[in-house]
Amino acid sequence: MSQVTIDRNEIDIVIAAFRSDLTSFLEEWRPIISRFHLIIVQDPDLKEGLKIPKGFDVDVYTKSDIDKLVSASHASMFSGYACRYFGYLVSKRKYIVSIDDDCSPAKDNNGDVVDIVTQHITNLKTPATPLFFNTLYDPYRKGSDFVRGYPFSLRSGVPCVLSCGLWLNLADFDAPTQSLKPELRNSRYVDAVLTVPKNSLMPMSGINIAFDRETVGPAILPALKLAKEGKVRWETMEDVWCGLVVKVVCDHLQLGVKTGIPYVWRNERGSAIDSLKKEWQGVKLMEELIPFFQALKLSQDAVTAEDCVMEMAVAIKKGIGSKHPELANAAGNMVEWVKIWKEVGSRVLI
Amino acid sequence: MSVPATTVTPPLADDLDIVIPTIRNLDFLEQWRSFFQPYHLIIVQDGDPSKTIRVPDGFDYELYNRNDINRILGTKASCISFKDSACRCFGFLVSKKKYIFTIDDDCFVAKDPSGQEINALAQHIHNLLTPSTPYFFNTLYDPYREGADFVRGYPFSLREGVTTAISHGLWLNIPDYDAPTQLVKPLERNSRYVDAVLTIPKGTLFPMCGMNLGFHRELIGPAMYFGLMGDGQPIGRYDDMWAGWCAKVICDHLGLGVKTGLPYIWHSKASNPFVNLKKEYKGIYWQEEIIPFFQSVILPKDCTTPQKCYVELAKLVKEKLGPIDPYFGKLSGEMVTWVNAWNELNPSTDVAAVKNIDAAAPKKK
Repeated sequence: MSQVTIDRNEIDIVIAAFRSDLTSFLEEWRPIISRFHLIIVQDPDLKEGLKIPKGFDVDVYTKSDIDKLVSASHASMFSGYACRYFGYLVSKRKYIVSIDDDCSPAKDNNGDVVDIVTQHITNLKTPATPLFFNTLYDPYRKGSDFVRGYPFSLRSGVPCVLSCGLWLNLADFDAPTQSLKPELRNSRYVDAVLTVPKNSLMPMSGINIAFDRETVGPAILPALKLAKEGKVRWETMEDVWCGLVVKVVCDHLQLGVKTGIPYVWRNERGSAIDSLKKEWQGVKLMEELIPFFQALKLSQDAVTAEDCVMEMAVAIKKGIGSKHPELANAAGNMVEWVKIWKEVGSRVLI
Repeated sequence: MSVPATTVTPPLADDLDIVIPTIRNLDFLEQWRSFFQPYHLIIVQDGDPSKTIRVPDGFDYELYNRNDINRILGTKASCISFKDSACRCFGFLVSKKKYIFTIDDDCFVAKDPSGQEINALAQHIHNLLTPSTPYFFNTLYDPYREGADFVRGYPFSLREGVTTAISHGLWLNIPDYDAPTQLVKPLERNSRYVDAVLTIPKGTLFPMCGMNLGFHRELIGPAMYFGLMGDGQPIGRYDDMWAGWCAKVICDHLGLGVKTGLPYIWHSKASNPFVNLKKEYKGIYWQEEIIPFFQSVILPKDCTTPQKCYVELAKLVKEKLGPIDPYFGKLSGEMVTWVNAWNELNPSTDVAAVKNIDAAAPKKK
């Protein structure tokens, strides 16, 4: 398969900053991300100014930028982990790569540093294969192909719009799991990327993702806010909700989602047990969310990501949202997001 | 090295048969000896029955050639292919065990990246004895593997998983490509060891390769019919594919799981792509229609056993695929023959013999 070009003009790296001194974080990532444009969104609750080392092409957005662009009633949509979505909103580029600020570059099984940008963009620029499972995983990878029995008409695949990466060391387990197994660390580097099949939902982790902003940006949205939402991943479900939404959209629009490499190394942070005491509502909610999203069907009129999100918001408000106020709020946020997206989009000068 | 006080029995030694189709010899078993010797083998000898297949000493086995197949099945022997490794499913039929592991005679022991020899059978057993998770995708793959678990967002009500019915292993070295791909990439070798086992989600079909495969015979055996291939048939090299599509639809319906990934074996022999092309030719066209057919199959709620599911599937094959080629009408008939043979040889399982579906009153849509 032909080589994929990594064009810096197509890519924005979006980081949400939860601590003011980003020096060590950015220095660690410098070899991989310094040639790209960075968008750093400061957590609105963070009072101190950010410390950023020289040599990066970076735009920083703070609470005041958020307040200028969105109405006060909706500024809370961009609080906590969700502040990164503001970065997606103001980006003018085609692809976004976004990671949490407690991640470091990982090493693969050969000891080489994982270039997450190259791998994510490669995932996005090669087709996905959601309509039939390839047992050798991504057939577009060098040294791989479609196996015997794979229908030829399905071999051109569909565009991949979301690339979900993974994590070594501190994996993205929930608080109950990590509390029960405090020593459990992910040390298994699985050298594969594969397409999540059509009609299969998956738990998207915002720790390490990349997506095609042009095609699916309206569906990568901040919507679900838990009552005791916090600043560690154990205390949020915003990305999991977003993942359910975007997968339904992708399945409907015949777009693909890949999961697997690249890996990041996730550093130790927070306490699972403390988070467990604080936040368990999200864990409970998932029980109802899965059957609801699994059964969700969109109309033939929904032909863009925006259309899909609007239809889903209506269905959520009417259905599962009628029982859970936080889900009705999420639906409202989805509608607001699409509105803001369109507004900001119309202001962009080409 | 310390020795256990009592003999350690290999897992499932009395509950698993290893089924091997062969036309040549079984020299490859020498390499597998330490992993396979505790288990009972069922050898299905294809081709000329007058030829003697030498089994290495020390293995406990039964061997069946074409004469045996004809004798045991009588008229029903028509469902077992000749001159094709599809004949292996005869071994599934006559086994009395709970689990089957089947492997081709050109598959050898592979090494993992640390250089350790892979006990493929042990991995299949682990896959089969741990649950599958077809209802929601776990991004860290098999959560039951050591060092893994369910990720954040995975509903707790789904964490018990479902019983695993099929364990589909992979191959290093010669990959399982079709003839066109082999012709275009004759030198490509699979050298990527992907250290994962994962469940194939519900509603997703996959190309099941029969050369390194384990399954729960009681739960899904009746669906593991490898079709009509080889001598006198218009198609070849689609036996395992056919079984895989049927079995996956039935697993999805019955709430059973299918895993793929580890273990790897080392596939040593590259078959002739020109010969393969002739065999696969019709399949390449037919699969374009076969896949949408399987993707749209809905089995009735009263199909509560694999046999009932399979008979229903046979009816649908005749109805929906029959128009493509008379082969499918024939195949449908032999699918029913297979189930009847299964029930005859395994009387404790399902009930009365299924009548020929031509005789049954057709359901009008």
